[in-house]
Amino acid sequence: MSGIKVFGHPASTATRRVLIALQEKDLDFELVHVELKDGEHKKQPFLSRNPFGKVPAFEDGDFKLFESRAITQYIAHEYADKGNQLLSPGSKNMAILAMGMEIEAHEFDSVASKPGWEQICKNFFGLTTDQAVVKEEEYLLGTPTKKLFEERPHVSAWVADITSRPSSQKILL
Amino acid sequence: MKVYGDGMSACVARVLLCLHEKETEFELVPVDLFACHHKLPSFLSMNPFGQVPVLQDEDLTLFESRAITAYIAEKHKDKGTDLTRHADAKEAAIVKLWSEVESHHFNPAISAVIHHLIVVPLQGKTPDAAIVEENLEKLGKVLDVYEEKLGKTKYLAGDSYTLADLYHVPYTYYFMKTGHAGLVNDRPNVKAWWEDLCSRPAFLKVSPGLTVAPATN
Repeated sequence: MSGIKVFGHPASTATRRVLIALQEKDLDFELVHVELKDGEHKKQPFLSRNPFGKVPAFEDGDFKLFESRAITQYIAHEYADKGNQLLSPGSKNMAILAMGMEIEAHEFDSVASKPGWEQICKNFFGLTTDQAVVKEEEYLLGTPTKKLFEERPHVSAWVADITSRPSSQKILL
Repeated sequence: MKVYGDGMSACVARVLLCLHEKETEFELVPVDLFACHHKLPSFLSMNPFGQVPVLQDEDLTLFESRAITAYIAEKHKDKGTDLTRHADAKEAAIVKLWSEVESHHFNPAISAVIHHLIVVPLQGKTPDAAIVEENLEKLGKVLDVYEEKLGKTKYLAGDSYTLADLYHVPYTYYFMKTGHAGLVNDRPNVKAWWEDLCSRPAFLKVSPGLTVAPATN
């Protein structure tokens, strides 16, 4: 199905969430580049796509959305019969899936994204990394970040699995 | 269905609102938060993050209030209020969109304000005024977006009440008891929306349990 557009940036983790989902579902789409360095996401016309000024925004024909987790869920449901199954059958399995998504959103993301912003994104925007913030989060994510995952064999195996999928390989470079 | 928690917890109240909207029987199993019973091994075996609420439905144990409410709304989609607009994929996606907005834009700001104005004084400590100020500003910007949206639709995701509106209720109820209710009252569309949410029978059943009072400021 054509007519899918993602307005975002290839380095943005939230944009990547959507791109990975589209790859999993074998869907054609167009990535419309939003130049974050120029603050394009904080100005019109982007703000009319997402009044909160964040990438990604999304279009499927004339249907418009923002918020990466709402977009990916829409893709998973609307294109349930295409590509890989991203949903679990049955309401109890769906509930457990929903719980996993909430854990990612509230327990993991708020902690992981801060050092990510400090160490990677600030560099990208030409800002100075605040080492105090990186150090503060060290007890949870360590330096290098990888160590915390490597110390946990099940987590390590899971990370290896999800990052080796063709969709991840394509999007994460 | 059993809900483990206390009606004074905003996250527990989300689940209770949903159960009442869906006209579903349940049992509220008290968890003594002040005695930190939610950090005991017996509780951690249900939710390793040590937070209320937890739902038990037969052999299913769930935590995270938004996952619990989504499950209840789906299981009982054919009775009570239509909280998810499940019959239409696009309407359902818009409900999810505004639920994500609540989760990622509204909640972090308002819960920081509530934490400092209500919880911190209960712990005998002094609120951090800079954090309160910073988050009031963020909250104001979110409410500016809501003010515009609610000028176009009666509720956040469209013209009917959904989970996207419900998720806002408990923290907003506490917020309106602080000295900063003006952030809502000074925005006519947001104010009208809030007053509508407070008129719902489910709200009238759950709000008496929201008993924590802010320090006068």
